[in-house]
Amino acid sequence: MARIDLVDLAHSYGGGTYALKPMTMTWRQGGAYALLGPSGCGKTTLLNIISGIVTPSQGKVLFDGNDITHASTRERNIAQVFQFPVIYDTMTVGENLAFPLKNRGLPRDKIAARVGEIAKLLDLTPYLDRKAVRLSADAKQKISLGRGLVRPDVAAVLFDEPLTVIDPHLKWELRSKLKALHQALDLTMIYVTHDQTEALTFADTVVVMHDGAVVQSGTPEDLFARPAHTFVGYFIGSPGMNIVPAGVKGREAVVSGHVIGLNRSYDNLPAGGKIEIGVRPEFVHVADPAPGLLSAQIERIDDLGRVRFARVRIGDVKFAATVPNGVAVPEKTVGLVFDPAHIHVYSDSLLVEGRA
Amino acid sequence: MSITLDKVSRDVAGASWIRDVSLTLERGTLSVLLGPTLSGKTSIMRLLAGLDKPTSGRVLVDGKDVTGFDVRKRSVAMVYQQFINYPTLSVYENIASPLRVQGVARGEIESRVRDAARLLKLEPYLDRTPLQLSGGQQQRTAIARALVKRADLVLLDEPLANLDYKLREELRTELPRIFEESGAIFVYATTEPSEALLLGGRTICMSEGRALQVGETPLVYRRPETIEVAEVFSDPPLNTVGIEKKNGSIFYSGGERASVTGLYEGLSDGAYRVGFRAHQLEVANASPGRHAFVTKVSVTEITGSESFVHLTREGYNWVAVLPGIHEFLPGQELDAVLDPNDLFIFDQSGRLVAAPAAR
Repeated sequence: MARIDLVDLAHSYGGGTYALKPMTMTWRQGGAYALLGPSGCGKTTLLNIISGIVTPSQGKVLFDGNDITHASTRERNIAQVFQFPVIYDTMTVGENLAFPLKNRGLPRDKIAARVGEIAKLLDLTPYLDRKAVRLSADAKQKISLGRGLVRPDVAAVLFDEPLTVIDPHLKWELRSKLKALHQALDLTMIYVTHDQTEALTFADTVVVMHDGAVVQSGTPEDLFARPAHTFVGYFIGSPGMNIVPAGVKGREAVVSGHVIGLNRSYDNLPAGGKIEIGVRPEFVHVADPAPGLLSAQIERIDDLGRVRFARVRIGDVKFAATVPNGVAVPEKTVGLVFDPAHIHVYSDSLLVEGRA
Repeated sequence: MSITLDKVSRDVAGASWIRDVSLTLERGTLSVLLGPTLSGKTSIMRLLAGLDKPTSGRVLVDGKDVTGFDVRKRSVAMVYQQFINYPTLSVYENIASPLRVQGVARGEIESRVRDAARLLKLEPYLDRTPLQLSGGQQQRTAIARALVKRADLVLLDEPLANLDYKLREELRTELPRIFEESGAIFVYATTEPSEALLLGGRTICMSEGRALQVGETPLVYRRPETIEVAEVFSDPPLNTVGIEKKNGSIFYSGGERASVTGLYEGLSDGAYRVGFRAHQLEVANASPGRHAFVTKVSVTEITGSESFVHLTREGYNWVAVLPGIHEFLPGQELDAVLDPNDLFIFDQSGRLVAAPAAR
């Protein structure tokens, strides 16, 4: 288990543009991290640099302060779990789990104890003597997870989209298993995914990447309640944050000619910046039209079973808003009720702190 | 136009893949095939398309039996999970290709391709090749090609499964509008309950080759006829508990005894299975008229907007979802509370006997 430092790290595959823009950051020993972003954001490049598959074109990677930038994957002492199961079909489940330990020459009794522990945590105990070949894809992926976690001495365990091929119902089970495993095993884990639910539910710290750069690193609550960048607002949450152009002055924002009150004061916004306000659909709800409420036209209602979202339009601006439980939705025009504590102001995509 | 499957079954190498499925699909409608992997979704699509023949039963188009007919005589377009495009052709030519095969006139091709590209927001990319596009744009190209044919039947087999989460969300919200504008019979297969709810239309709930329930999507969600349907149509998974009604009380298996209120009032004495979704289980202090259980937290998952709390109780694993952020420690004891007006009651054979009134 190790602390990982990335120092002035960047990578270009050639051609002058950065796949990964210069960054410096620390991954805490024993932390559960997710690297979250859309395809092409640089998250796999970053993972490959940490695992040693890719050598960065600039900067250093330190494990517990030791420079391992040019060390091989094996020398780095890390475990990896991939999108598709990597196991030996001809071996039993138990032999598969024991393999990484045998490879390192661990004594037999230690191997048996550790395999027993991991199998128990993953509910694989009844299958230890079964050959892996006839198991379902889901069960095989579970064994892959077990193989990734079986060595207690690894610097870190890296997961690359490990649940992509799993059915929704089993995802629930495996996700909560992984979280429990992290709590039980005290390993540094880095989990790469484009799925916000997987990232937010697994990790203590979610690192959001966009266009080759880290745009925010924080707890799920930080990312939800205070997105530092409009991309985080958009990418986290379903539907994402409403981000709309606005004129902001003091404690007021003007959207399509309508005034919305703000909780904080914004007197010193940078001149010439693109000013937007951001508010999550959870913090705007629809109500009967009334004087003083911003009025909007209903385009559609998305009924997700336990919540409903209204898709509305204010002039040219589109908005998503919560329909509270038990509220009947008027056919055409609604009033929007904002929670001013959750309206944020952005200048050129970056969060601006207002004055109380 | 309409397509009917009439008591259709299909066996492959002695295994039954489709069991006695009957359903009718009308023009201008969207039907969602919802079910886990291997539940028979793709098999149903292949039967509808005429790619496979049923072992027994009939396939009717506008009431006419076409069971043995060649697929080329049917007007079908299909979109698969893996995007399939011609890598060397431009996006424009990819979309136009079925029309060129049909020998459609040049001006007509131009206008149909432009229409489809506008609908799928592909206009800026028409001169590129598919490999210069993102995954979402490539899949939109495949969908545009399916639409441009103006086929009577459009089959989409988990078309968004390989896409990034956000792209999926965007395409999902665009699809109902695209369906409405086209007027064909659309069939959309998915494993995800939330996708079915967003798409609306009708849902055909599938399990082990059978169509368990067919109906308006929100209705199937809110009135699952069997516990199996409720299980297929719940994410997080359906929570369940056994009960017995006797001596004027409700006895939950595991020990709790509660008063007969809410939906329990209408039951005759006997044993039942109760199902409730994650949002129907409250983690709070028991209020009057509600039924409380002592549970233990196994893990809490926080998404920022919601917290999913995994609970164990006397041999049952439950999930509760709470709005906002709530961190509970593993092993912590928690009261979980059920509202006897807001749950599903099934008899011992799994048939629905009571459900909350639809709102």
